[in-house]
Amino acid sequence: MKRGISFTQAFFTLLQRDLKIAIRHRGDIFNPLLFFIMVVTLFPLGIGPEPQMLARVAPGIIWVAALLASMLSLERLFKADFSDGSLEQMLLSPQPLAILVLAKVLAHWILTGVPLIIIAPLLAVLLNLDGNSYGALISTLALGTPVLSLLGAIGVALTVGLRKGGVLLSLLILPLYIPVLIFATSAIDAAGMNLPYDGQLAIIGAMLVGSLTLAPFAIGASLRVSTN
Amino acid sequence: MWKWLHPYADPERAYKLSGTLFPWFATLAGLLIAVGTIWGLAFAPTDYQQGDSYRIIFIHVPAASMSMAAYMGMATAAFIGLVWQIKLADWAAASIAPIGAVITFIALFTGAAWGKPMWGAWWVWDARLTSELVLLFLYLGVISLYASFEDKVLAARAAGILAIVGVINIPIIKYSVEWWSSLHQPSTIRITEKSTMSTEMLYPLLINIAGFGLMIGAITIIRFRAEILARNGMRPWVRELAKAEEVK
Repeated sequence: MKRGISFTQAFFTLLQRDLKIAIRHRGDIFNPLLFFIMVVTLFPLGIGPEPQMLARVAPGIIWVAALLASMLSLERLFKADFSDGSLEQMLLSPQPLAILVLAKVLAHWILTGVPLIIIAPLLAVLLNLDGNSYGALISTLALGTPVLSLLGAIGVALTVGLRKGGVLLSLLILPLYIPVLIFATSAIDAAGMNLPYDGQLAIIGAMLVGSLTLAPFAIGASLRVSTN
Repeated sequence: MWKWLHPYADPERAYKLSGTLFPWFATLAGLLIAVGTIWGLAFAPTDYQQGDSYRIIFIHVPAASMSMAAYMGMATAAFIGLVWQIKLADWAAASIAPIGAVITFIALFTGAAWGKPMWGAWWVWDARLTSELVLLFLYLGVISLYASFEDKVLAARAAGILAIVGVINIPIIKYSVEWWSSLHQPSTIRITEKSTMSTEMLYPLLINIAGFGLMIGAITIIRFRAEILARNGMRPWVRELAKAEEVK
C-alpha cells in the first residue's frame, strides 16, 4: 500500500492539527493549569502557613498536584477524536499507529506539561521552597511530565470506549505514576540539602527513554482494543 | 513442534483436564500447608532475636512471594492471550487476578502484623512495602478494567495490556531491599548459594511456599472452570453438562 506522505510529515501534520484544535479551545489548556494552582493553594490552608513546614513538603505538593493535573487533562486526550470518528480514521490510515499516537501525546505534553513547568517555580516561591531546589524542581518536571503523559495515555487509551472511565482511569494510571513521583521528590529533597541529585535525575531520564520507546506501541494496541 | 499443545486450547478439553487436575492440586496444597504451618508454628526453633513473633514468616513470606508469582502467571497468560489469541489464556488471566489481589492483601496484612512488634509501627513508607502496595493497586486495576467492559473478549485484551505494562513493578519489588536501604530485612532464601537461615526454619518455610503456590493453582482452577462455563454457556457440551447436573 502507498503511504502517501512520509512518517515525519504525518507526525507533524497531526501535531499541528492537535495544537491548532487546542488553541481554538483555550479553556482546555487553562483548566488543568488552574486546577494545578488551586490544589497547590489548598495545602497551605490545610496544613498551616509555617514557612519551614511548607518548605519541607513543597516538592511533594507540587509533584502530587502535577500528577493530578496531568491525569485530569489526559482524560480528554482521545475523547473528542473517538466520538467524532477521526480516531478510527487514524487507525485505518496506512501510517504506523505508534507515530500518530506519539504526535498526539507530544501535543498534549506541549499544551499541559510545558505550562505546568513554567508556572511551577512561581508556586514554589509561594510554598517557600529551598533556594537550592529550583534547578532540581525544573529538571525533574521537564523529564518527568512527558513520562506522565506517555504512561497516562496507555490508561486513557484503554478506557476511552467506556462511558464511566474517569474513576477507573485513576486506578489504572496512579500506580504507574508512583515511581516517577518517588524519584522526583527525592531528587528535589537531595538538592535542598546540597547533595548531588543526578542519580535520581538519570533514573527519571531512563524512565522517559523507556516509556518513549515502548509506550506508543502499548497505546496503539490499547486503542485498537477500545475502538473494536 | 507445538502441535501436541493445540488440542488443549479447546474449552471442553481444558475444562475436563482442569477437572482431573484439581483434586491433585487441592490435596497436595492442603497437605503441604498443614505440614508447613504446624511444623513452622509448633516445632521450628524460636528465633534468638525476634522470639516467637518471627513465626508469622511462615504465612507472610509464602503469601508475598506467591503474590509476585501469581502476577507473573497472570501476565504470562495475558501475553499468550494477546499474541496467539488463545481465549483460554485470557480466561486464565482473568481468573488469577482476584486471587492474586487477595494474596497480596494477606502479604501486606501479615507484614503489618509483623511490623508492629518488630519495628513498632504497622506501616512504614519503605520501598518494599510501597511497591507491594502498588502491586495490590495493579491487581485491582486489572480486575476493575476487566469488569467494566461488557464485551469480555475486549475486556480480556484491555486488562491483558495493563497486566503486561504492570510487570515492570515485579523486579522493583524483588530487588527493592537491595537497591534501597530498607527497614524490611533482605531475603533469606537463596537459590544458588546457602540460605542465611537455619534449616529447621527453612524447610517448613519452603514447604509452605510450595503449598501456597499449589493452593493458588487449585483456586485458579475453580475460577477458571467457572469462567469457561460462563463464556461457553451456549455451547452444546455445556448444556449437556447442565442437563446431566439437573438429572442428578
